[in-house]
Formats: sequence, C-alpha cells, structure tokens
Amino acid sequence: MNFYNEMVDAAGGVRTHYKGYDEWLRATPPERIERKRAEADLAFHRVGITFAVYGEEAGKERLIPFDIIPRIIPAAEWKSLHSGLRQRVKALNMFLHDVYHDQEILKAGKIPAEQVLNNAQYRPEMKGVDLPGGVYAHIAGVDIVRAGEGEFYVLEDNLRVPSGVSYMLEDRKMMMRLFPELFARHKVAPVQHYPDMLLEKLRAVAPKGVSNPTVVVLTPGAYNSAYFEHTFLAQQMGVELVEGRDLFVKDEVVYMRTTQGPQRVDVIYRRIDDDFLDPLAFRADSSLGVPGILKAYQAGNVTLSNAIGTGVADDKSIYPYVPDMIRFYLGEEPSLNNVPTYMCRKPDDLAYVLANLAELVVKEVHGAGGYGMLVGPASTRAQIEHFRQLLLAKPDGYIAQPTLALSNCPTFVEEGIAPRHLDLRPFVLSSGRCVDMVPGGLSRVALTRGSLVVNSSQGGGTKDTWVLEN
Amino acid sequence: MLSRTADHLFWMSRYIERAENLARLLDVTYQMSLVPQSLDAANQNWHAIIALNSLDEAYAAKYAEVSGENVLHFMVSDPDNFSSIHSCLRMARENAHAVRGTLTTEMWETLNCTWLEAREKSFEQLLNAGIGEYFEWVKMRSSLSRGTTLGTLLQDEAYHFIRLGTLLERADNTARILDVKYHVLRRQDDEGASDFYEWGALLRSVSAFEVYRKVYRDVITPARVAELLIFNKDMPRSLQFCLNSVVKNLELVANGHSGETLRQAGMLNAQLRYGRIEDILEHGLHEWLTDFMDRIYLLGNGISKDFLVPTSEDA
Repeated sequence: MNFYNEMVDAAGGVRTHYKGYDEWLRATPPERIERKRAEADLAFHRVGITFAVYGEEAGKERLIPFDIIPRIIPAAEWKSLHSGLRQRVKALNMFLHDVYHDQEILKAGKIPAEQVLNNAQYRPEMKGVDLPGGVYAHIAGVDIVRAGEGEFYVLEDNLRVPSGVSYMLEDRKMMMRLFPELFARHKVAPVQHYPDMLLEKLRAVAPKGVSNPTVVVLTPGAYNSAYFEHTFLAQQMGVELVEGRDLFVKDEVVYMRTTQGPQRVDVIYRRIDDDFLDPLAFRADSSLGVPGILKAYQAGNVTLSNAIGTGVADDKSIYPYVPDMIRFYLGEEPSLNNVPTYMCRKPDDLAYVLANLAELVVKEVHGAGGYGMLVGPASTRAQIEHFRQLLLAKPDGYIAQPTLALSNCPTFVEEGIAPRHLDLRPFVLSSGRCVDMVPGGLSRVALTRGSLVVNSSQGGGTKDTWVLEN
Repeated sequence: MLSRTADHLFWMSRYIERAENLARLLDVTYQMSLVPQSLDAANQNWHAIIALNSLDEAYAAKYAEVSGENVLHFMVSDPDNFSSIHSCLRMARENAHAVRGTLTTEMWETLNCTWLEAREKSFEQLLNAGIGEYFEWVKMRSSLSRGTTLGTLLQDEAYHFIRLGTLLERADNTARILDVKYHVLRRQDDEGASDFYEWGALLRSVSAFEVYRKVYRDVITPARVAELLIFNKDMPRSLQFCLNSVVKNLELVANGHSGETLRQAGMLNAQLRYGRIEDILEHGLHEWLTDFMDRIYLLGNGISKDFLVPTSEDA
C-alpha cells in the first residue's frame, strides 16, 4: 500500500507547509533535540499529565508519549475541514432532537426505525424532553483520517464523553516551552482559548431563567483514565470539579454540598456515561452517579452536557446514515466523507465481509477505544478465524470497513525518525445555532510500525497540531 | 467551596505537617541517642515514639525487639505503617491529587515531586547517605509546600482550610514532642545528668533553639522550655501561636452551625493566652498536655462535622 506522507510528497520533496519546520530540524543539533525530548518527558511526569490504563494495576499511571514533530495543516485544508465539521455536527444534533421528538427522519424512511428505536443507546426517557437550544452534543470529538491529497474521512463521531482535549492543550504548551523559536517563524493558529469557549457554550445552555449559572464538571473520580483532563478543564474554566457524592437532588433541583451549605447547580459538564448517571433510572449499582438527577433533568432544572442519549447518533450502526442525515436536515451534500461501511446484519454485506476478512477492518458496533476490533491486513490467521466465529455468532454486533491507507507523519521512534500513521480529533462545540471549534485538534499517532490503531490505551502517542494561518 | 474539596485540602496539609513533625521527632531522638547512655535508656526513647503513635501492636507484628534502626525503618520507610513518613507523603499527594484543580500548579508539582522522589529512596540508601540528611529533606519539602501555598494560592476558603489542617496538626505534634521528651529529660535531670545538649536538641526539633536564646537570654531550664513551646505567642510552632491562628481561620470560614466549634477553639485559645506555666507544672504537665491533645482532637472532629463531611442534605 502507498501511504500519503504529511510532510514529504511522492517525489521525495518536502511539502510547502512543512518547509520551515524541515529547515529548522536540519539546522538543529540532534543533541539539543534529544535533550529537549528528555525535558518534555520530565515535565509531563512532574505536572502529572498521565492516564490510567484499564486492566493494568489499579491506580497505575502512565504517560502518553508526546512527539515533537508537529502535525501541520495548511490554512486552506483546515478551512474545508472546518466547514465540513460544522455541517456534520449540526446535522447530528438535529438528528438527536428529531429522534427524541417527531422522528421525521424515520417517517421519511431515511433510516430504518428499528435501527434507532431498538438501539441500546436510544433512551426512551428522553422522548419529548426539550433541551436549551435543542442541542444534545455540546462537545463532539470527530475522528478524521486522511487517505490522500484532500481526501479526508470521518472515522467516527464521538458524541458521548469525548476526551483528549487536555492533551491538545498541553502538547501546545509543551511545544512552545521547548521550541519557542519555531513559533516565531510559523504563524500557528492559537488553541489555548478552548476552555473559555467551552465555558461560554456551557453557560449558554443553562436552564431557562438562570442568568448567572453555576457550572460544574462531574468526574467519576481520581482513578478514571481521564481524571487529569477533568481536573484540568475544571481548573481552566474556574468551576468546581465534583463527584457524584458531592451532589444531591431535592425537589427535582440539583445541589452540591459546600462548606457554606447546599448550592444550586445549573449546568453539569459530566464525564460519566449515561449508564452510571442515576442509579434510580439506569444502572442501580452505580455509585458514581446522583440519585434523582434524571428527574431534575427532565423537569428542565439542570442541563447535562452532553445530553443523555447522544449515543444513538454516534453508534457504529448509525454511522453509515450520517450523510443521509446531512442531506435530510440541511439539504446539503456532505463535505466530509464517510468510510464505506458494511453492516454485517445485512446478509449480503456479511457474506462479503466473511469472504474478505483479511482486507477489512472489523469493529464492534458498541466498541470504543480501539478495543474489540480486527485490522485484517495486520492480523494473524488465528485472529482472523477468531473474528469469523464472532461474526457468525452475532452478525448484528459488527460492522466492517475497507482498510484505509491512513496517512503518516514523520515521528521520533527508537530507530530515529520514521513515518507513523495518525488521525485527528477536532473538538466541536455547539450551543443553539452556534457551532465552533479551535483550529486543529488532537493528533494521535500509532507508535508501533505499521499499526493503524492510534488509541492511547493501545500505545498511541500524540503530536501538537498546527493549523497555519495565511 | 465543595465540602469534599475542603476535606482533601485539610488532610493534605495535615499529612504534610505530620511528615515534617515526624521527621523532627525522629531527628531529635536520633541525636539524643548519640550521647553516651545505657542501651536500655536509648531503647526506651525509641519505644516512646511507637507508644506516642499508638503503634505498639503494629510494630510488634513486624519486629521482635525495639532498636533505633528498627524504629527508624518502621517510622520512616514502612509503606504498611500508615503513620510512617513514607505513608504521610503518599497520603498528602493522594489528597492533593483528588483536588489538584484547586491547587496552583506550583503547589501540585511540589507535592507530586516530593512523593515521586520519596518513592525512589530505599531505607538502606537513606541510612548510607545519613538519615539526618533525609530528615532535613523532609523538612525542606514541607517548607517548600508551605512556601508555594503562601506565595501562589488565592487566600480564600481553600487557603483557610489548608491553614487549619497545618495548625491543628502542628499543635498536636508540638504537644506530643514536648510530652514525650520533657519527661525523659526530667527523669535524667533527677538523676543529676542535666544536659545542655539534650535540651538543645529538643528545642532544635521545633526550631526554637535560637528563639529561646533571644527570648530568655539565659540558661536553658525545663520550665522555660515548656513555657516557650506552650505560651509564646510569636513562635510559629508554639501551642498559643497555633490556636490563635486556628481561631482566626475558623472565623474566616464560619457558617451557620460552626458556632460551637469556634467557641471551643476560643476557650482553648484564651487558656493559652492568659495561662501561666507555674499553674500547669503544679498540676502536672503530662496531665495538662493530655487534656490539650484531647481537645485538639475534638476540634478536628468539630471542623470535620461542620464543614468537611456534612451529614444531612439540609446542612
């Protein structure tokens, strides 16, 4: 397979937008780079920018590897990504509003009703509940990959509790600290205002009649893999970081326990999955949630961000219909591509998938985080056979996609600088009509040679992402 | 401020202060063990530290006999001993981790680095490098946390609860050091072995040696040492200083139902403000200090109930 290299073109020349960086890299002594890389490692440890890995020793924290070669996106390319993202997230929010209200898109037969209504992520509790501005996914993390010149695909829309934005911000901070001279010679669009933008959006979706809303971040606690991010965002926004036990509901109003007595809470940026939010409504064994919060939410006395039930729009079984949503709600052609997707619940698709397992990527419909997937070309015969059995046993639990020729980017690895595959996760913020984002996003890079899985839980690293201004 | 946040801050600062005071206590005991004395007397001094922390049972489960090295190992590096310096630094860091968004970057990095460094030090390495050096390190790290707190943290509720934790813990610890050392030294005095160096070591353990000189400009006597550590209103580690600041900070965070706790703190403070060492010595210093430590304990409970762990939803 031929892969698109972000920095070097097919003829071996450095692409225009990487010329400045390339010159700098050539002119900088390797010892200095080595020293700076060690400095970055130390700093990340000291600051404690770590994440916990599920399945490893409880409470163990690991660093996410940080690579000092940035992923650079030229202005024109970002412009088209930007408008494509706005379009997509707008449609997704309209879809969510629709399926919990009049279900026009189902009536029009654009999506099979049972795919939506029987989906485990569809929350009947949300039917008829009106949300401020009609927005469900205030924060969306859309995973994008590139296969060729101008050829971008959306891999998935993360509309539940997308994480990673703190790494985007810390990576930038680190690059500016290590190599300030690079920023003097490039016009890199700033990203550090993300927390302000987020707070503004959260305040904008406060319940009706609340003029000065109290916003909090709700975390599952210090042992969650993304705990660093939760504390980081709360601190940057200047709001309280609460756990479920800090909150209680009385007369359908949510309060937090403070040293000066109960204080009303209006907007909750929650980093807990739907299932764990309210033991009275969802999983009864959840000790992370707040009993009665669903009732308070349905009564319109508190805003949850993201809304309950957004999972029905980012489910892998719904993903193939997103282009249709864009056409249906906006009357526009989608400007970002979907990856062609085979739905194994369809007998024809299943037959094709089974016949071509070695070429395809197979994903669990409800999986996330790079767990439970098969990358055909990178798998052993035994792994492929294992998935064949899984597919035959439960075809509707899987989708399959062609293995994309993910672009790669030069990256520092043990043997020096070598190309590694990467993706991009921009964070798209919505409140009412206003859809916004900071330029770029989080670039995740697969550090293992040939690997196409960039998730940090699978040993992926991150890069600073530069959107160049003209 | 969230009650849970205040709780973590309160305990974070208590554990930092506890680690520091433990280092001070162990340091003075170690230094006193270096002056010529019977092995029995030396081991008694070491045992006093175990008894003081009510750790007899846990200690006996690990060590057959009391010796300087065993006690040091147990109180410095033993991760299973929740009262060891090692455990205190870990707990301080864990509490900080739970509320790191409330701390300034400098405060968090100080505590995190302290723990990361402490974790790397094996007991053998500490002994080889000189255990005294380690105690100095612990004290410096504690000073550094206090310094970054004072120099970078907004002086709002968070600051007051941090101060409350520090001051309550310090009052308790100064009382403990005085209680355990005063009696050992008096006993030796009665045997006619009054020792300038030993009283000097006790004063140094609370950084009060030079202070004593400045205040009294006279020879060191046990009564004056007790007076200085209990009543001096200007010495940062004296009981009077601690209680006075506890009252000030309590007033700043007061809420609708903290009146009783404030009253208790105020009464104790008044006793320290207007009391005399002669009266205390007459009735027995040990009895007085025991009562004092009980009241400090109750104050801690009161603060916890009023602010940190509210029991009712309408609280």
